[in-house]
Amino acid sequence: MSNSINNIHGDKVRDFTLSVLTEDRAGLLNQITIIFTRRKINIDSLNVSTTEVPGVSRFTIVIQSVSKDQVEKVVKQIRKLVDVLGAFVYEDDDVYYQEIALYKVPTDVFLNGNKIETLVRNSGARILVIEKDHIIIEKTGHKSDTHDLYDKLMPHGLLEFVRSGRIAVSKSKRKTEAFIQQLEEAKSNRLSIKDF
Amino acid sequence: MSSTSSLEVEKKKSPASERVTGSEAVLKCLLEENVEVIFGYPGGAIMPIYDALYSYTDKLNHILTRHEQGAVHAAQGFARVTGKTGVCFATSGPGATNLITGIADAQIDSTPLVCITGQVFSHLLGTDAFQETDVVGISMPVTKWNYQVTRPEEIPYAIAKGFYIANSGRPGPVLIDITKDAQLKEFDYSYEKCEKIRSYHPYPILDEKSISDAADLINKAQKPLMLVGQGVLIAEAQKELIAFAEKAGIPMASTLMGLSAVPNNHPLYVGYLGMHGNYGPNVKTNECDVLIAVGMRFDDRVTGNLDKYAKQAKVIHIEIDPAEIDKNVKADVAVNADAKEALQSLIKVTKENQHKSWLKEFRDCDEIEFEKIIKTATNPTSGGILMTEVMKKISDKTKGKAILVTDVGQHQMVASRYYAFDDTKSNVTSGGLGTMGFCLPAAMGAKMGQPEKQVIAVIGDGGFQMTIQELGTIFQSQIGVKILILNNNFLGMVRQWQELFHDKRYSFTELTNPNFQLISQGYGIPSQKIEERADLDAALDQWLNSDGPQLLEVVVEKEENVFPMVPAGASVSDIRLG
Repeated sequence: MSNSINNIHGDKVRDFTLSVLTEDRAGLLNQITIIFTRRKINIDSLNVSTTEVPGVSRFTIVIQSVSKDQVEKVVKQIRKLVDVLGAFVYEDDDVYYQEIALYKVPTDVFLNGNKIETLVRNSGARILVIEKDHIIIEKTGHKSDTHDLYDKLMPHGLLEFVRSGRIAVSKSKRKTEAFIQQLEEAKSNRLSIKDF
Repeated sequence: MSSTSSLEVEKKKSPASERVTGSEAVLKCLLEENVEVIFGYPGGAIMPIYDALYSYTDKLNHILTRHEQGAVHAAQGFARVTGKTGVCFATSGPGATNLITGIADAQIDSTPLVCITGQVFSHLLGTDAFQETDVVGISMPVTKWNYQVTRPEEIPYAIAKGFYIANSGRPGPVLIDITKDAQLKEFDYSYEKCEKIRSYHPYPILDEKSISDAADLINKAQKPLMLVGQGVLIAEAQKELIAFAEKAGIPMASTLMGLSAVPNNHPLYVGYLGMHGNYGPNVKTNECDVLIAVGMRFDDRVTGNLDKYAKQAKVIHIEIDPAEIDKNVKADVAVNADAKEALQSLIKVTKENQHKSWLKEFRDCDEIEFEKIIKTATNPTSGGILMTEVMKKISDKTKGKAILVTDVGQHQMVASRYYAFDDTKSNVTSGGLGTMGFCLPAAMGAKMGQPEKQVIAVIGDGGFQMTIQELGTIFQSQIGVKILILNNNFLGMVRQWQELFHDKRYSFTELTNPNFQLISQGYGIPSQKIEERADLDAALDQWLNSDGPQLLEVVVEKEENVFPMVPAGASVSDIRLG
C-alpha cells in the first residue's frame, strides 16, 4: 500500500503516474483500460476529470509493478488511440499529487475520552459530518498518509473507508491549453514525436 | 461530440444541404469517398440501408456474400490489392459479431476497412433487444477507431472521419454502428471530407537527424541487410526502396507481408524471412553489421528468439507507427516516418556502394538451400505430388504476374516460398492473425479490385472448408478466381508440429474430406481433380487459361513438411534445413 512496498520479486515497486489528455467522448475509458488489460497490468488508481480546457478530459492513472520499459510501451499504445490528445508518464518526483480518503466511525468512539479527537487533529484530518450514529472524517494526502490514519482508526471500529484515485499535476511549466493549441496548429495532420 | 456543436455545424451548412434519410446519407457518403464495391449481408437492423441501396445499384456494386466473415475478408482482399479502403455491411448482433475475425485480421495486418453495421433502435440499446450486441464494445480492441451513430446528423461526420482514419498513417479497420432509427430518420444532409483531427496525427514529421544518423551507419556498414515489410507497399515506396538498395548495394529480404514489394528476380533480393523463410536472410540476420528494417514490426515469426536476434547489428528502424519502435527490437536509430518519405531522404545522404562478397554469402546460402531442399522439393521423381512442385509450376506458368491469395498453414508457407512475385501488391495473405478461411473470400475481393489480373487462391483442404460457402458468392457474382486446393487430408501445419514436437501424436488433424468436385459442381463452378504427377502440367494449364471461376484440387503427399524451419523459441540462425 505504501510507496516503499516490495513486489513479489522483491524489487522496490515504483509508482508511475500516467496523465492522459483526451477528447470528452463516451467509450474512451474502456479503450484506455483494455490496453492495460491486454498486458495484464493492474491499474492501482484511476481518476477522470475535466480540465481547464473545455471539452478536454484528463485521465490520471497510477500503475505499479511494471518496468519503465513496459510503461513506455503502454503509453505509446495509449497515444495511438484516435481520441487521445496526449499521454505523459511521471514518476513521483515529477508531480505534485494527492488522494482523498473518507472514514466512517461510530459516534460513540468519540464519547470515550479525546483519543480519537487527538488522532484526527494530529493527522491533519478533519471532521466532515457528525451524525447521531456516525462521524465522517476526511483526510487528504499521499496514500501512505491516508493509510496511516486507516491503521490508527481500525482498532476503534471503522465502519467504512474509501479512498479516491490519485490526482496529480506535473512540475513542468507546460500549460494544457498551450499543448492543445499546439496540436490544433500542427501543420496539417503531421506531428513530430518530440512534441510529446 | 456534443449535440450543440453538431447543430451549429448543421446550421452553417444548411444552404448546400438536402433532406434525405440516414440510410440514403450512408450511401451518398460512400459515393463521396469514391467507394465502388461493397461486400455485405442484409438483416433486420440494416434493412433501411439495403432498402436505400436498391435505388443505388447503378452507382454502387454490392456483392452479396454467404456469411459476414466472407464479406469482411473480401473487403480486405479488395483493400490489399488496390490500396483503397474496403467496405462491408452487416446487420446487428450475429451479423456484427461475424465480422470480428476479419476486423481483427485487418487490424493486425494494417488493412484499411470501413465496416458499417446496423444496430437496434436507440431506445432499445442496452436492453438485450432482439439481435442486439454491443459491437462497439466487442470491436474496441480490434479496431483503429469505432463509433456508434444514434442520430442521422452524425452520419456524414462519422463516415468522413472513419474513411480518413482507416486509410491514413498506419491503416486499419474502422467500425461504424448505426441504429435503425438513425437510418430511418430524415435530416439535412451535406458532406465534408475529413482532413484533420486534432487528436490524430498519422504522419510524423521526419527528423532529419535520424536520417543522418542512419546514413552514417549505412555508409560505414560492411554487411548491411534490409528487411522489407508491408509498410513499403502501404506507403507505395517500392521504387524508392529499390533505388536506395541499388545505390547503397544493400541486400533486401522480405517479411511475409512485404512480399511483392521487390520483384523476386531483383539482383539484390535475397529472399523471404522468418520461420519458414529462406536460409540466407535468416542466418545472415545474425551476421550483418547494420540491419535496416523498413515498414515492419519484428513479429515473433520473423525474429524467433529475441534474445538471440541480431545482437551484433546496429538496428535502423524506419516505421510510421511510434508504438512499434522499440517494442520488440531496440532500435539504435529510429526513423519514425512514412517509408517513402524516409527513403527519399535517406537516398540523398547515402554513398554509392557495393557489397559484392557479402551478397555472395547470401548466394552461397541459396545454393545450400537449393541442394538440401529446393532441388528435390520442386522436381521430385517419385511419391505423391508435392505442394512445392505445384507452386513452382504455377510461379513459372504465370511468370509471377498473378495475384497470389493464400490461406493459412503449410500451403501458405510453401506458396510464399516458391512463388516468385513479379508484380507489386500481388500478395494477399493473413499474416499476423493467421486466419484460416481467409483465402477464398479475400480472393473474391482481390478479383473485384483488380479484375484485369489473374487471381489465384491457394488453399488447404482445412481452410477451404472454413469459408466454403463463399463458392455461392463466386457463382452468383461470377467472380473469376482460380481456386487451387492442395489437399493432403490433414491440417498439415499442425500435423507437422505434432510430428516434430509432439512425438507424432496426430491429435485431431486428419480430415475425412467431402467430394470437393461434387460441391464445386453444385455451385456451378467447373472443376478438376488430379492425383498423378503426369497430369499436373496439363491440369494447371487448363485451369489457368480457363474463363471465369474454376477449381482445381490437387491431391498432395499426406505428410510433407515445410523446411527450412526456425523452431519456436530458437534463434533465426538455428534454422533447420530438414
